[in-house]
Amino acid sequence: MLPPIVIRLRGGRVIDPANKIDTVTDLWIEGGVIAALGDFGNREADETFDCTGKIVAPGLIDMHVHLREPGREEDETIATGVASAIAGGVTSVACMPNTEPALDSQSSAEFVVQQARRANLANVFPIGAITKGRQGNELSEMGGLVQGGAVAFTDDGTPVSSAEVMRRAMEYARGLGKAILSHSEDLELTKGGVMHEGAVSVRLGLKGMPSAAEEIMVYREIALAEISGAHVHILHVSTAGSVDLIRNGQKKGIRVTGEACPHHLTLTDESLRTFDTNYKMAPPLRTQADIEALIDGLKDGTLSVLATDHAPHALEKKTREFDQAPNGIIGLETFLPISIQALIEPGHLDWPRMLGMMTIAPAQVLGIDRGTLTPGAVADVTVIDPDVEWTIDPTRFKSKSRNCPFGGWKVRGRAEIVMVGGDIKQRKSPLA
Amino acid sequence: MVASWTRKHLLGLEDLSRDEITTILDRAEEYLETARNPAARKTALAGRVIVNLFFEASTRTRVSFGLAARRLGADVIDFAAGGSSVSKGESFVDTARNIEAFGIDMVVVRHAVPGTPHLLSQHLRAGVVNAGDGAHEHPTQGLLDLFTIRKRLGRVEGLTVCLLGDIAHSRVARSNIHGLQKLGARVIVCGPPTLVPSQIAAMGVEVAHDLDAVLPRCDVVNVLRIQFERQRGAYFPSIREYFHLYGMTRERLERGREGVLILAPGPINRGVELTPEVADGPGSAIIEQVTNGLAVRMAVLDLCAGVRS
Repeated sequence: MLPPIVIRLRGGRVIDPANKIDTVTDLWIEGGVIAALGDFGNREADETFDCTGKIVAPGLIDMHVHLREPGREEDETIATGVASAIAGGVTSVACMPNTEPALDSQSSAEFVVQQARRANLANVFPIGAITKGRQGNELSEMGGLVQGGAVAFTDDGTPVSSAEVMRRAMEYARGLGKAILSHSEDLELTKGGVMHEGAVSVRLGLKGMPSAAEEIMVYREIALAEISGAHVHILHVSTAGSVDLIRNGQKKGIRVTGEACPHHLTLTDESLRTFDTNYKMAPPLRTQADIEALIDGLKDGTLSVLATDHAPHALEKKTREFDQAPNGIIGLETFLPISIQALIEPGHLDWPRMLGMMTIAPAQVLGIDRGTLTPGAVADVTVIDPDVEWTIDPTRFKSKSRNCPFGGWKVRGRAEIVMVGGDIKQRKSPLA
Repeated sequence: MVASWTRKHLLGLEDLSRDEITTILDRAEEYLETARNPAARKTALAGRVIVNLFFEASTRTRVSFGLAARRLGADVIDFAAGGSSVSKGESFVDTARNIEAFGIDMVVVRHAVPGTPHLLSQHLRAGVVNAGDGAHEHPTQGLLDLFTIRKRLGRVEGLTVCLLGDIAHSRVARSNIHGLQKLGARVIVCGPPTLVPSQIAAMGVEVAHDLDAVLPRCDVVNVLRIQFERQRGAYFPSIREYFHLYGMTRERLERGREGVLILAPGPINRGVELTPEVADGPGSAIIEQVTNGLAVRMAVLDLCAGVRS
């Protein structure tokens, strides 16, 4: 039997938010796990990477990704989705259950795990549906889903409209030790809506979705989390009012967390004036005041997670009349640079804080043993060049889809070396 | 030719400058006689092919564009979505590209979805004229309203114009707001709050809900159609109550300014938005608007067709 392979990442700025480490040192990996920081005896490395000037971080985790398989392979497959993840420096994704059929049974979760194993790039953690067929009526077999690999539950894409069903789902999930991830939207208030309701929607004659439609449901979820004792995580928080509600819930000791998406930190409803469907998503792009509230929420810890809501759609679907084009944009390959532009460059967050929101924080919401460089941990590692300037070019993406509003943006920072379980999946960014 | 006109497409009045709007109105003035007299055909668009691509029910706008094109010597094709490949699942853009391949110079498009003319203009080489995109814009209706006001009152600058009724769902309202403001008029939008979103104030208009309070300040009232289907959507309790609060009656008109001009983009519902006395009275320009619309559409087609990419 061959001896385990030893890899040395030499002289990088090692940032491990879980352990509050931020220091220039060597990181050693042996046999697929983190072996040591700094000194590793007199061991010789089988391979050494010079990481001078680079950031060595736990592999990024994106807990909000749509991989589309099974059912909508024209948009993305598990194989292309994880290739896109690796290109973006993301070593673990949690995939949403709004596939066709929905991920609402043990076998459907196992299918995802199996396809991810075949693709052999990033880790894929399936998220199970809360209700059978995502219909909002009957609870799915959550216990079986967990056995099949599911790490949390959501009907993302649609809310669970019935408060009674959501209450029971929270209670049941608490018994399994899993979080409920809420897509918070009152469907009556958003019916027919295609963008944020405000001065811009009125000007364009497009039907709006008011902020209240999100906030009403965020409040409901927090109230239900309080009586059920469950952990509820609010997906893609987009309004100032939602941030306030989550902050107040946390002050009362309720188990509520929240996530923000890079596009909600960088774009507003003004973008819709082009009628470009790459700005169409749910929840919609809101206003500058909402952006500022989201950033405040990240700064004070109200929102602990950054995630992309990577939502691939084939070109022919997005090249439609505005009302008929589907919601969503891809995000895995722009996750890091857009977050840097929104949060690091203006000085809102430092690197350890931001990387914590992309590593240990989502790992804690999902209860997965990833997101840290603790010796003995699985060696998922992303080496970031924080200074490289480049221009986003969606034609270079590994994702199967191209629905990205950031094409042409000049950005800074990119994942270069990407390692999953000690396996080197990428040595150099393919994005530029 | 007007040197200053450089647009192949007319997508909305928001994009146009004051000078460009005036250029269209002046050109329409030249065509007014032709519009009134069917025998006075012109040849400005001889050999050109214009397609009416209407994905939403329309009679008068489609007929008006068709007549305008024919009076200028163009060939006109009417295309209704119901009988086409769109109903067989073909995408809107593919349908438009296929029609263009027949050798079309201009596309006049009406669609229920805002921004659809903009989408077409990105995928076609032909010029695109917006004949109404959802609740967004209806630029030629806005232009003919401006033309009618200018004709009747001699100017637009300095006037106060009330847009009355369902502002929320009205493309005519939005095109009027852009056009009137560019020509220096003040705009008041008036109706129940369910049909007049408060955020429309960001467009620089005065928002009012009490018609009797604002009427004495108005030189023009543009009466927008109430869409009956809205009543089921909890926008207002009954036609009767709407008429009581916002219907244009003779009594109401008498409390307004002397000589106030009444416009309506049509189709009108007598007894709902206005009484027959008002619709047919001396202050009403409703029938003139139809003829003026023909002249304005001739001007738009002529100007846009004169620009090659």
